Amino acid sequence: MDAIFLQVLNGLDKGGAYALIALGLTLVFGTLGVVNFAHGALFMLGAFCAVALQRMFSVSYERINEDKQDFLGNPLKEQISYMVDWVGEDAAAFLQDYSVPLSIILAALFMAIVGIVMERGLIKHFYKRPHADQILVTFGLAIVIQELVRHYFGANPIPQAAPQVVSGAANVGSWVGLGENVIYPWWRLVYFVFSAIIIFGVFAFLQFTTFGMVVRAGMQDRETVGLLGINIEQRFTVVFGLAAVVAGVAGAMYTPVLPPDYHMGMDFLVLSFVVVVVGGMGSLGGAVLAGFLLGILQSFASMQAVQELLPGISQIIIYLVAVIVLLTLPRGLMGRKGVMED
Amino acid sequence: MSERKDITRRRVIKSGAAAAAAAGATPYFFTRAFADGHGYMNAPKGDTVTFGFNVPQTGAYADEGADELRAYEMAVEHINAGGGGMLDTFSSKALKGGVNGKTVKFVTGDTQTKSDAARASAKRMIENDGAIMITGGSSSGVAIAVQGLCQEAGVIFMSGLTHSNDTTGKDKRANGFRHFFNTEMTGAALGPVLNNNYGKDRKVYHLTADYTWGYSQEGSMIKYTQPYGWETVAAVKTPVGAGDFSQFITPVLSSGADTLVLNHYGKDMVNSLTQAVQFGLRDKQVNGKDFTIVVPLYSRLMAQGAGANVKGIFGSTNWHWSLQDEGSKAFVKAFGTKYGFPPSQAAHTTYCQALLYADACQRAGTFKPSEVGAALEGFKFDGLGNGPTEYRAEDHQCFKDVLVVKGKENPTSKFDVLEVVEVTPRAKVEYAPSLLGGELGPYNNG
Repeated sequence: MDAIFLQVLNGLDKGGAYALIALGLTLVFGTLGVVNFAHGALFMLGAFCAVALQRMFSVSYERINEDKQDFLGNPLKEQISYMVDWVGEDAAAFLQDYSVPLSIILAALFMAIVGIVMERGLIKHFYKRPHADQILVTFGLAIVIQELVRHYFGANPIPQAAPQVVSGAANVGSWVGLGENVIYPWWRLVYFVFSAIIIFGVFAFLQFTTFGMVVRAGMQDRETVGLLGINIEQRFTVVFGLAAVVAGVAGAMYTPVLPPDYHMGMDFLVLSFVVVVVGGMGSLGGAVLAGFLLGILQSFASMQAVQELLPGISQIIIYLVAVIVLLTLPRGLMGRKGVMED
Repeated sequence: MSERKDITRRRVIKSGAAAAAAAGATPYFFTRAFADGHGYMNAPKGDTVTFGFNVPQTGAYADEGADELRAYEMAVEHINAGGGGMLDTFSSKALKGGVNGKTVKFVTGDTQTKSDAARASAKRMIENDGAIMITGGSSSGVAIAVQGLCQEAGVIFMSGLTHSNDTTGKDKRANGFRHFFNTEMTGAALGPVLNNNYGKDRKVYHLTADYTWGYSQEGSMIKYTQPYGWETVAAVKTPVGAGDFSQFITPVLSSGADTLVLNHYGKDMVNSLTQAVQFGLRDKQVNGKDFTIVVPLYSRLMAQGAGANVKGIFGSTNWHWSLQDEGSKAFVKAFGTKYGFPPSQAAHTTYCQALLYADACQRAGTFKPSEVGAALEGFKFDGLGNGPTEYRAEDHQCFKDVLVVKGKENPTSKFDVLEVVEVTPRAKVEYAPSLLGGELGPYNNG
């Protein structure tokens, strides 16, 4: 029972990341009709916003310390943080400690700009082109982004620490009446709550605002909305920016779970596309549902008992489920008629 | 008209099948080796000789590959100059500037840490660039693949960072030589240290990378901890590059294990160790013992990635920049002055391999693989940072002392993450040549 409960938690936490990426992918596909293979790279860029902020807080100058030596035996060049000089030691330590949650602000601003520039500068020229062209150009863009990140940040993962207050593990077992072995990292619980809030926020934005109503109308019938005199293109640009922001903040908050490296976007992209297809192309609810469902299934498939019964199943479970779902429900779990069926 | 009639569908299929069979049966390389009369592949013409450095320049091990390339460039400088770095402390004094009267130049290839890409780049360097020797790499899968190709091609392969037993075990080849240590040696060195520090009768959970090195490392750890009553509770294979290992770590919590061995390297090691610490494993008490984690193969570059999580965790390494022998000091000084930071173990082993190859060619008086190989077989040397070392003739594996290291509790710089806790003497890690199986076979000169 303990093991099953822990795997459900694992699945929810992993599913949260899948759902957030798939949500952005679906938003872009549903509104702009663009299959964006660079979406994983946006998740990775968001993660590196956390790294960048952490480095900004650590910008330092050198001071020669004659009493200590470096690895070559020369006087040690000590790194002194500007932040300590500017705001004092306590405030600098606080900023360092909370750099990951604070990076959400940087990620949101930066990714909104990246999203809008990407849409206006490149994606809009491919609206009327076949999906194959869109995939090629966005995949190429993803490779360019990841190689740029590798050039500036290197190929090794760069760990980011969660704030001290949530750095340990919570005794979840005692909350639900299970054994003392049921412990779970606090930050992963925070991430699950965070992803739920973002998902709810996006749905509320689309459901309860006039802007959202127009976007939803545009998703249903772009031409008619245009005929009503509404500049739907402009709205869609904002939607692309919103999708980039969702991917970016999801990436930034994920850094204490998975130390970011330049390739993490590609790792998530393939899975997220499966999530979108299983959920149903163009269905926001389907993307979220499939994200959590596949996250949980993947966790269960990794259990020792399951592995002994079906060796290697953890690596194929998501694709196996995708095949079964598409054979029985060709439009996915919540797919709408007419989407990508032309 | 009648000619056209002859070209039937059946005949085309037959011809195609014959052509495909012929292509499959033809050796990988067309023999142009003997054209110049030297009797071996890519015999150098003119006053230069070309080395081929095949390292990961993109992909997950690109940082390690970049360090290997830095070391190779420096090795070439030292070989051509006849001195500098560890060439000054090397016990063999054969190299006086260049090799066999020729200046060394080099070409590079990108292995991408993928066997097929590594073979393709090695093939390109041999066929198009005339590389006399291929060296480098950061993965056992890649090393074994490239070693096989070099054997077929008829050039020497001086492997880079490869730790699986198989490289000089069941997959060994006459044209292949390894300076780096292997999982058998890691197990033999680590077992007693773990017993001394953590005591007997522990219950162990293995998480193992699902490829040749992972199996080799897991097997060696089990073999060398069993005599101390360490019982394997579970040995779970994890996909390479899994990213999030949480689904593999949570079962450890309720398994009854009090020790977790992470048979992971590189990015997988950084991720699995970070996540194991997040799950509170290091704070747990199981079976009345403090829970402990072991990382059998450390890399300083990777340990930097895992940050404070490596503190107090035992592992092994082929070499470390903090060693105080004359060779290591000379190497760290030359590398640090040139590049501004200390070299990694990957840089060290590749630098050694370039020097050892050049020295063997000089002593043999030729670049012919069989004669260079003979010069390397049984070659005993010192001054390259690992103490007295021997290239064993029977399996082309270097035998030397093994370093057991521990994540440093109070690092003084970002490079200062590991401390050497024991130097296990060669005699304790040496094994019979037949133990790991395989046959060297004959040399191929191309």
